[in-house]
Amino acid sequence: MTPLLTAPLSGFVFGLGLTVSQMIDPVKVTDFLDVTGFWDPSLALVMAGALAVTLVCFRLILRRPSPLAAERFDLPTRTDIDVKLIAGAALFGTGWGMTGYCPGPAVASLGLWSFDSLVVLGSILAGVGLHQLLFQSRSG
Amino acid sequence: MENFSPVSALIGGALIGLAASLLLLFNGRIAGISGILSGGLFLRKRERLWRLLFLVGMVAGASVYQHIGGGLSEVRTGYPLFLLIVGGVLVGFGTRLGSGCTSGHGVWGLARHSRRSIVATLIFMAFGGVSVYLVRHVFDVLS
Repeated sequence: MTPLLTAPLSGFVFGLGLTVSQMIDPVKVTDFLDVTGFWDPSLALVMAGALAVTLVCFRLILRRPSPLAAERFDLPTRTDIDVKLIAGAALFGTGWGMTGYCPGPAVASLGLWSFDSLVVLGSILAGVGLHQLLFQSRSG
Repeated sequence: MENFSPVSALIGGALIGLAASLLLLFNGRIAGISGILSGGLFLRKRERLWRLLFLVGMVAGASVYQHIGGGLSEVRTGYPLFLLIVGGVLVGFGTRLGSGCTSGHGVWGLARHSRRSIVATLIFMAFGGVSVYLVRHVFDVLS
């Protein structure tokens, strides 16, 4: 049962972090991306704060033979840079700038009942579904 | 730069890093939100359940902070519906095609020095910048 307790705990801290850092505010996000306008560099510090913790913790954690509540570490292993990666990142960036929402804040905003975030989350799910339909008709 | 909020940004960022470290330490997983969202929709049973619980935890964490008076002071309104819908679909489709979003590539991938993630992060940041430039300064949409 433990992994089913630690997953929501991690999610809770994640949602807290997104709110404390104001990343759930789409205006804050677009202000960060708007380098030629009223540039607000705050989100660079959100990434820096997260990286400062993960750079140290990931290294220490991955010295362990296995995680505490699962059999093994399950990490991405691909290293190739392909067209899908580049096109996907470009499409995502374009949508991020159009909406001010990336997936994390769109989910975390569910409890805030903002009309914008509900429309964006629904559209994100549609986009994920479209990808599933086109590229992965079956999944494990 | 008048809205610059370095302290809350660093504290919030550290919490996000802590959340990812917890998930890695206990569950052995990378907390990429687009992947968790997609798996929560399309995977089965246990593989789906922890993802859904993670997402519920995220909503709870954000709600609690909002209700104790932190979080957003005002919610954006009057933003063009067209941009929200088309942009949202691009975010959903693009993050799956590119195997990650701001969290998966931008934080955990960079922490693991992944070349794929460094490239993806530079690209989505650049396209995000161009996209906001067009929306705000060429098409003059207020936000």
